Amino acid sequence: MRHLIDPMDLSVQEIDHILNLAQDIINNKEKYSEVCKGKKLATLFFEPSTRTRLSFEAAMMELGGNVLGFSSASSSSSTKGESVGDTVKIVSCYADIIAMRHFKEGAPMLASMKSDVPIINAGDGGHNHPTQTLTDLLTIKREKGRLTDMTIGLCGDLMFGRTVHSLIKAMSRYEGIKFVLISPDELKLPEYIRTDVIEKNNIPYEEISSLEDAIGSLDILYMTRVQKERFFNEADYIRLKDTYILDKSKLGLAKPDLSILHPLPRVNEISVEVDDDPRACYFRQALNGKYVRMALIMDLLGLDKDFNAQ
Amino acid sequence: MNIDSIQNGIVLDHITAGKALQIYNDLHLDKLDCSVAIIKNVKSEKMGRKDILKIDQDIDINLDVLGYIDPDISVNVIKDGKLIEKRKIELPEKLIGIKKCTNPRCITTTEQGITHIFKLTDREKRIYRCIYCDADK
Repeated sequence: MRHLIDPMDLSVQEIDHILNLAQDIINNKEKYSEVCKGKKLATLFFEPSTRTRLSFEAAMMELGGNVLGFSSASSSSSTKGESVGDTVKIVSCYADIIAMRHFKEGAPMLASMKSDVPIINAGDGGHNHPTQTLTDLLTIKREKGRLTDMTIGLCGDLMFGRTVHSLIKAMSRYEGIKFVLISPDELKLPEYIRTDVIEKNNIPYEEISSLEDAIGSLDILYMTRVQKERFFNEADYIRLKDTYILDKSKLGLAKPDLSILHPLPRVNEISVEVDDDPRACYFRQALNGKYVRMALIMDLLGLDKDFNAQ
Repeated sequence: MNIDSIQNGIVLDHITAGKALQIYNDLHLDKLDCSVAIIKNVKSEKMGRKDILKIDQDIDINLDVLGYIDPDISVNVIKDGKLIEKRKIELPEKLIGIKKCTNPRCITTTEQGITHIFKLTDREKRIYRCIYCDADK
């Protein structure tokens, strides 16, 4: 049985397959409308989410399947002290596939060791968020027509930003990639990502604190929110939350074909005046998230092969 | 200072000075009924100073624990007062139930009955990472 816990669980070929399937779903929505008929997706969200949970649920519904689950830890048996392992064992009796978000890092990995059905990590603390990575990859591919040969700027909270960690891991496997890491000192990329992923693969990178200085060289700008929920100390959050704000004047320094991505939700790190700029891709990115999750669900349930064979 | 030789048992030699007590604890040698000698700060030509542990019984040593603490330790098996085997120590690929993850955000800090597992990610630098949260040890 296959799970998706870490973005590196998928080979480049498997990612290509999922992205191609997602593109085919976009082009032929009717063709896929009953692929998951009779199947159930359980969304176990121990931490609040809007986009990820709803996009998973919308994805399953558009495939003709059904959805059950909970949207916060307070509405699950974890309030009674039930362990993650037990919760997953029970839910795997009721559902064909599980998407799990948890505030503790490694909870989906633990779940995959206990479950009888495929587990999808829908975000575990500040650690990994592989389906956001698939969303990001599909967006980059659709916007740029390629996943190679580009300079990617990652800006904001690079320390706790799990989407950043996952995207770096995934993009490190493609040719001609350069990373520009834009963050304050307190929110720099964790050392293990820098050494184990970037440096190990001999990928050129630079660490810089000024967005204005970096933006002109970028093909992709991946903005992130400074996440209040990741700080133990609120004073640190308040001090750092407004470090980077992308507005029209900064965008004036960028390439005309820059693509601006953001995993959303945003607070104020991208000014709303940027939304109408054709370089702003983040709302299209959110839509891509639904399609790529449709492709992933089909893939993990083995329905892509059945479907293709028909 | 002299400690008697053992007849049947295990001698852990070439322990980095100061680490004998950690090994004593991590191998749970306090649970043994036999004699165990902890010898600290022994003069050594090779190491300057070293520690030695003598266990007066041939027990099943968890070599992964030793490999993690110090892969250069010598494990000598003694039978009838003679050295009959030198067991090879290697840096283990995984540490299972040996060390606990200290990342407060890791699921291992709250989930009951979970086995802490670390995998070796850099042999040269001896870096182990928690399989759940990737924090290093």
